[in-house]
Amino acid sequence: MVAHAEHIPHRSGLAAFIARWTLTTNHKEIGSLYLWFAFTMFFVGGAFAMGIRLELFMPGIQLVDPSFYNQLVTMHGLIMVFGAVMPAFVGLANWQIPLMIGAPDMALPRLNNFSFWILPFAFTMLLSSFFMEGGAPNFGWTFYAPLSTTYGPDSTDFFIFGVHMMGISSVLGSINVMVTIFNLRTPGMKLMEMPLFVWTWLITAFLLITAMPVLAGVVTMMLTDRHFGTSFFSAEGGGDPLIFQHVFWFFGHPEVYIMILPGFGIASQIIPTFARKRLFGYNSMVYATVSIAFLSYIVWGHHMFAVGMPLWVEMTFMICTMLIAVPTGVKVFNWTATMWRGAMTFETPMLFAIAFVILFTIGGFSGLMLAIVPADFQYHDTYFVVAHFHYVLYPGAIFGTMAAVYYWLPKWSGHMYDERLGKIHFWTAVVAVNLTFFPMHFSGLAGMPRRIVDYSLQFADFNMVSSIGAGLLGLTQLFFLYIVIKTIRGGEPATDKVWESAEGLEWTIPSPAPLHTFETPPAWPIVNVGEHQEDSV
Amino acid sequence: MREGVTEMSQRIHTIHTISLWICIVIGIIVFGAMAYTIYAHRRSKHPEPADFHEHLGVEIIWTIIPVFILAGLAVPAAKTLIDIEDNSNASMTVLITGSQWKWHYQYLDADIDFYSNLATPRTQINNCLIGVFCTLPEEKGTAKALRESNENYLLEVDKPLVLPTNRKVRFLMTSNDVIHSWWVPDFAVKQDALPGFINEAWAKVPEPGMYRGQCAELCGKDHAYMPIVVDVRPEAEFDQWVEDQRIAKELASGQAVADREKTWAMAELMEIGEGVYSTHCTTCHQPNGEGQGTTYPALNGSEIAIGPIPAHIDRVMNGKEGTEMQAWAPQLSDRDLAAVVTYERNAWDNKTQDIVQPRTVFENR
Repeated sequence: MVAHAEHIPHRSGLAAFIARWTLTTNHKEIGSLYLWFAFTMFFVGGAFAMGIRLELFMPGIQLVDPSFYNQLVTMHGLIMVFGAVMPAFVGLANWQIPLMIGAPDMALPRLNNFSFWILPFAFTMLLSSFFMEGGAPNFGWTFYAPLSTTYGPDSTDFFIFGVHMMGISSVLGSINVMVTIFNLRTPGMKLMEMPLFVWTWLITAFLLITAMPVLAGVVTMMLTDRHFGTSFFSAEGGGDPLIFQHVFWFFGHPEVYIMILPGFGIASQIIPTFARKRLFGYNSMVYATVSIAFLSYIVWGHHMFAVGMPLWVEMTFMICTMLIAVPTGVKVFNWTATMWRGAMTFETPMLFAIAFVILFTIGGFSGLMLAIVPADFQYHDTYFVVAHFHYVLYPGAIFGTMAAVYYWLPKWSGHMYDERLGKIHFWTAVVAVNLTFFPMHFSGLAGMPRRIVDYSLQFADFNMVSSIGAGLLGLTQLFFLYIVIKTIRGGEPATDKVWESAEGLEWTIPSPAPLHTFETPPAWPIVNVGEHQEDSV
Repeated sequence: MREGVTEMSQRIHTIHTISLWICIVIGIIVFGAMAYTIYAHRRSKHPEPADFHEHLGVEIIWTIIPVFILAGLAVPAAKTLIDIEDNSNASMTVLITGSQWKWHYQYLDADIDFYSNLATPRTQINNCLIGVFCTLPEEKGTAKALRESNENYLLEVDKPLVLPTNRKVRFLMTSNDVIHSWWVPDFAVKQDALPGFINEAWAKVPEPGMYRGQCAELCGKDHAYMPIVVDVRPEAEFDQWVEDQRIAKELASGQAVADREKTWAMAELMEIGEGVYSTHCTTCHQPNGEGQGTTYPALNGSEIAIGPIPAHIDRVMNGKEGTEMQAWAPQLSDRDLAAVVTYERNAWDNKTQDIVQPRTVFENR
């Protein structure tokens, strides 16, 4: 990740540093930029979460007033979704996809630079709204109309512009991923031979390119409703506030899978490596991912069961939603079967990958329960939902990313991370995640609505436990930052292969990965390294 | 989940329990298998990995079995859903209108309507420790103790919705401003209230009692402060209550005429006005009239509160479009409107000495 400055035209000191990182078109450098950006935003969004949990530590209003609380809730969601999880996955894609398919770089390197450098400006603009009159957006990350249109603060327009910029960045990034995967695979590598991380990212790219324009559409409708006299979302002008929700969730549900499919891919890379056994059911993993992506387009209504949809619409959405459990179940069974009768060791990436599978499955269970419409009338908009999506996002997207960082950081930096510290990080993070989010199931079932700044006394104990867990969780991530920096700065040198039975093209190049790799396409199938013969059961 | 008291809430509770147990059993099987393999197939115990990586039969089995489990869950859920959505044959109808941040109940079969506001006083809620992100007036020290002695903290209202037992009550939900959601867990009724549209739900409550719920859709600043309380009474008591309300309404309209005819003194209006102000105005404009930032402007020294009287009356009666300042004319009596305007013009540093009479308000209606 460091010390490749010799490739840049001669400049001195700071100017060279700035020029190198702003003008780079190298997939590894851009990947690092994405990852550091995501890491920064993770701490910003995390700080907002700390504010939320401090306020909810006990009933009453202690630290933030209701208006500011709503701003924190909104910005926590927006920053974590668009600023942390999505850029982290794009960063991993940038680093790994070319290395895993034997490509010299991403197919469109300048576009790659552009799609990254949009982001810092988009988020600076979004965050600057805290300092504006009327405060930051305060209508939740789902920004339902008319709360966000007629009743939104002035800064909503900055939010709209920021979302547009993030959307452009994502669409460009996903075009780049698709073009790279379709055109730059090393000769001979068939689609059905690609590593699963590449497969899941290919499917994610299709989701992004179809979903993000819908988001752009809905925020544009908001903008015209706010300023140009249209009435898409207002009944007075013949519109309907529900149109907003339908359009938003038509983007929003694929978005959910955008935030988890690359995590599936990561687990499918890591578990076979440490089980020393090939991934069970490669084909069914690919088909399951495609089915999940397809289903993600026809289930958006399950976010809206309480809005008063016709009976048959509710039924249809319920059944489609329940169907998602089938391919997701196939994936979980496949991971378990991969571990079955392997020869497992439990280095930090493996620990995070296993925790990913187990805790994500718990989130899947609550998801199945939420799909059942009559029961959803009781769960909807309570902390049960908050518990559900944090279980799929934190141990899903975030643990997935952390597993990936531990797994590939030795390749990127040339140093092994400190295994003992990694394990401490893992165990504290697992305890803290469950301490934070498990009690939310109970407070939700007991009847606590989400997004409230203050709650009645019956919910006090659960909230106090959640807040304590959240504090610990925040600390563990500072510890993670320390581990990452320590590894980059030094440590035991990593071998080229890093992990004893790692397979794939990325392990055939030196560690740290030189700035330019695979300038001539590597041979496929891989010779000598990690060979596996065609075998059958 | 709360079992609740209605047939529907109990059926939903059963579905919830079944689905939870199905998840627990699947969880035990899957996590058990993982735990076993993590224990038994670690390298120290099982050094030579097996070589299998696919098995069509197993894969088909674990695709088919979940389909059957899901079908088993979907059928009772669908049956219950069909019954929940059956709004026919209701014996009475209540129109519920959400607005920031209160509920308005209208009994469409009897000429009754009233607003239902949070009854928990701000002195129990506001407890700002540091002033940076919390600009509410301080109530240091006392709030916590008051709160902890109030078992219905945040779940109490000035006027609960009164319903009879054993009659099917149809609820029509709508909203005046943003989307709200009317939720009483014990009835398993949660339905969004959308501005400009009407949603339906129903409940038939077998047992009398006080049932409490909250708004379940983020609706702005005081989303946490718009509770729902339903006072379910035996049928005879309910009918008596309806009759009482009718009589009270007749008295009130006579009273309104009397109020208009009377010329009120400053002291009387100030006293009533202070009460009205603290119930309806303090959540935004604060007890000291200093407001909160630019969104909730200060009234103390404001151009409207010390400027021309008609503009002040107009703002209070008709609100300001595009802001959270709502129209109070439909919600308050002439007397209360006159009193609160008088109060705002004479409280704090606003010593205008203006008196607004109820008849002036009446003429502006």
